[in-house]
Amino acid sequence: MRRGKALPTFPASAPAALADRQLRRNLGRATTAIRAKRAAVTEEMPDWEALREVARRTKEDVMARLDRYLLQLEAAVTEAGGVVHWARDADEANAIISGLVSATGVMEVVKVKSLTTDEVGLNEALAARGIQAVETDLAELIIQMAGERSSHFLVPAIHKNRTQIRDLFRETLSLPHLTDDPAELAEAARLHLREKFLEAEVAISGANFAIAETGTVGVVESEGNGRMCLTLPRMLITLMGIEKVLPTFQDLEVFLQLLPRSATGERMNPYTTLWTGVTPGDGPTEFHLVLLDNGRTRVLEDPLGRQALHCIRCSACLNICPVYERVGGHAYNATYPGPIGSILTPQLLGPGCHDSLPFASTLCGACADVCPVKIEIPRILLHLRGKMVEGSRNPLRRARTGFGASSFQERWLMRLLGWVLGSSRRYRMALRLGRGVQTLFLRHGWIRGLPGYASGWTRGRDLQALPEESFRDWWDHRGDRSS
Amino acid sequence: MRVALFMPCFNDALFPGTGVATVRILERLGHVVEFPGDQTCCGQIHFNTGFRREARLLLRRFLSVFEGAEVMVAPSASCVAMVREQYPELASVSGEPELQEQIDALARRTFELSEFLTGVLEVEELGAFFPHAVTFHPTCHSVRSIHVGDAPLRLLGAVEGLEVLPLPKAEECCGFGGTFAAKNSHTSLAMMEDKIRSIRESGAEVLTAVDNSCLMHLAGGMRRMGVLWEGSGTRGNVLPLGGGIRVMHLAEILASRKEGGVR
Repeated sequence: MRRGKALPTFPASAPAALADRQLRRNLGRATTAIRAKRAAVTEEMPDWEALREVARRTKEDVMARLDRYLLQLEAAVTEAGGVVHWARDADEANAIISGLVSATGVMEVVKVKSLTTDEVGLNEALAARGIQAVETDLAELIIQMAGERSSHFLVPAIHKNRTQIRDLFRETLSLPHLTDDPAELAEAARLHLREKFLEAEVAISGANFAIAETGTVGVVESEGNGRMCLTLPRMLITLMGIEKVLPTFQDLEVFLQLLPRSATGERMNPYTTLWTGVTPGDGPTEFHLVLLDNGRTRVLEDPLGRQALHCIRCSACLNICPVYERVGGHAYNATYPGPIGSILTPQLLGPGCHDSLPFASTLCGACADVCPVKIEIPRILLHLRGKMVEGSRNPLRRARTGFGASSFQERWLMRLLGWVLGSSRRYRMALRLGRGVQTLFLRHGWIRGLPGYASGWTRGRDLQALPEESFRDWWDHRGDRSS
Repeated sequence: MRVALFMPCFNDALFPGTGVATVRILERLGHVVEFPGDQTCCGQIHFNTGFRREARLLLRRFLSVFEGAEVMVAPSASCVAMVREQYPELASVSGEPELQEQIDALARRTFELSEFLTGVLEVEELGAFFPHAVTFHPTCHSVRSIHVGDAPLRLLGAVEGLEVLPLPKAEECCGFGGTFAAKNSHTSLAMMEDKIRSIRESGAEVLTAVDNSCLMHLAGGMRRMGVLWEGSGTRGNVLPLGGGIRVMHLAEILASRKEGGVR
């Protein structure tokens, strides 16, 4: 995920996704199922709200003292025999990791599913050095085989159904007789991956958590592929955003309850792998932890916006979001889609085409209700909208802020509307004017088409005409009638 | 009680019937309704679209109009949410403690109609008569911002002759979202189509909600799709069979009487 000036805005990307009926069906089915599971396993928890609140406070504390916790983490990891690297941005992270892999001489590495490696474009950076990164998470493997991008945090291939996956496997794994039975599909992937695990000398992972106190790093997953990657190879390289650090081992008690229930709707995820540096005779003999900034310290500067860094990537907000459910992840043109992506991506990347993302929400608030760490997503969406519009109004800043935030026409209309609403006399005059002007557009009492900004409304909706009498007209004259 | 009526701008302009119904309901209960004539808009359109400068000016204007009100009632959950949730935030960054106090005090006296009836006045039975099958869309701001809970459904439950039919996926957003409907029109319409499908599945003759904004969006879509009932305005409470679905604000149903219909 880079600052791409060339990437289209959300409104420009959404129509193609919406027109894909298969995608809509796949997404609708998948999100509906996972919502119900999440609701069931969170409602059964008597202390769910208390857990959320503790998690929120823990994250707030981490952000307030991030510098201290990171140094503590570095010391603890080093003490336990690991090596800590610091990467200011994507290029530095890629250079560190590909340097480490190149030094071993291997041409293939296995990977645990990691959003952070997507964020920096690690697979492409490795490929540029002739190193093939093999994704081992089933859905991530599907995406890699199809040459597509992930569309969901946890279920990167949520936009695909099993028939589509069967066709892909038939072609790429040369299995012409494969059926779309899920067990058979999983077995095909398993056989393919087993060989990779056994041959691999280097593994690359992300991290769900890292404990400052002990230097312990943790990955939670469902398939066991992560456990293979984290234990079998000789060298393990973990790339982690600096915001993932937690103060103490005991904090896991809270987060390991919140994460699986919010993410997959499971009481506990099948595999939780925790490791502390290196242990002779057990697992990798060399461990590198790469700590990534890549815009995070800039996000930290905004006292409200920094809540976006509290995210534990559970994807509950994606699954509940009515916009995500219709459009899917690709229209966000970012590693982090959905409601959290709409507040995280523009802040991480700074002004650019992702400025349209905070506007890609109806502010319905469903995301905030399900967030396990209580990120106030709608409030931050509004905060970012305000910042972006202010930026787009300033001619000096306009060049740097996005075209996605606010158009010239919108700024003009909003200013005019503000002026009209600034006086009840002007408002009444505007109503009179509107009643006159609308006759140009009226058909059978409704407006079917409007130009410019308002054409978005009449694209698929008629607009009610202004009646002859407003409420205030009625109020003014009610004494005259025998009401 | 003296109730200051806040009739949000687009309600005033496009849906006078909702205001009339609100006045009728409150007056029948013996309260005095006042309509501060200088009111215009709370500034939600500007605030939600990122235009905080205009929103701040409208906030100050709004405060000066409603400052003296004992209680302020509006037939719109989203405009009430603006006053209760967003005004304090806008005021807090103004750096004026006095403004903040005034806003906080105003927010405490501001109510959406259905929560005012059931929560403050503690009435459910309004003597309404509406012999139709109705489905209720719980709008996002009413449920997740100002938490009106089941107040609208309790009020509907007390209406003589009325049958409430459950709306599938009721709490999912209808796709309106203010300027979202224009800026992200394709996505908004996709959400709207799914909501209208649910409304039709409910089998109801009438769709109601506590926000005319969402209803305007849905009615506009239903009309384009040819499934909106278009009777003789908002008068009368007898619907023809098979004539599409009628869209009405909750207040208009609650104000309906056996004699004389809605008004």
